[in-house]
Amino acid sequence: MNSITSYAHIKHNQVSVNGTIVFQSGATALTDFLMEVYKAIGLNYPKFHKMDAQCKLGVLCTEYALQQTGFLESHSLQQTAIVLSNAASSLETDRQHQQSIADKSNYFPSPAVFVYTLPNIIIGEIAIKHKITGENAFFVSEKPDAALLVNYTNALFAEQTQAAISGWVEVDGDAFEAFIFLAENTENINKNTNFKPLNQITVIELYNQTKWMH
Amino acid sequence: MDALIEKLKGQIIEQLNLVELKPEEINPDSPLFGEGLGLDSIDALELIVLLEKHYGIKIEDPKDGKTIFQSLRTMAEYIKSQGKG
Repeated sequence: MNSITSYAHIKHNQVSVNGTIVFQSGATALTDFLMEVYKAIGLNYPKFHKMDAQCKLGVLCTEYALQQTGFLESHSLQQTAIVLSNAASSLETDRQHQQSIADKSNYFPSPAVFVYTLPNIIIGEIAIKHKITGENAFFVSEKPDAALLVNYTNALFAEQTQAAISGWVEVDGDAFEAFIFLAENTENINKNTNFKPLNQITVIELYNQTKWMH
Repeated sequence: MDALIEKLKGQIIEQLNLVELKPEEINPDSPLFGEGLGLDSIDALELIVLLEKHYGIKIEDPKDGKTIFQSLRTMAEYIKSQGKG
């Protein structure tokens, strides 16, 4: 049986883990918010500061989902997959890169920005941080598509995959959101009442679980 | 030379997003790559851009980078040798 064993959601300047808000901020800029979250979760990962905002968001949301789970220790990292999606691809960083090459008299494209002009680098950053080498895929869809994520993740479980980090990570202008869930083959794991079956209905339910503060 | 090294420290921290690093923590003689600051290949490209953007120096042969970017001091010496900084 494949189950969702933990999830995290970042939206409206708040972080929610398994449906409970664990952090909120009054930051007015996304970069400030991400730095506050980085400090709040106690990360010490200098490479984080080199990432674009979307990767930072994906890495932080994954950290929160992983916290206190033992997920990475319970499965082979070669059999752990990462499946992500969003609507804007890498548009925010694409814009930054475009600005750096728009003026021919001030033409200084940044290699460090350019490497983030593909959305699947979010997967790369999560994989590098946790030494995950399993299957991966990044999908671009108009809105969070539970069926797409669940069907693809379940298809991977039908092969060699034993665990997966799946979800939605998006930054587009001032708007941002990340929703990450951890899916595991729980056949040989002691059943926990908090485990939910990996299906479309569950993902939609968990996505809508958090009561955001306004 | 010392003033240029201090200026370079600030520029490198900014250009390479080394936000957790303070200028005084950078030893001008420590290797920039590997054991020293632990920079990577993308950082090397950023350093090339930094030289061009701030000092008008274009490194035509990437092989020269190995010598120029050994440390902060070798970078400063190279900038001076080009009549810049």
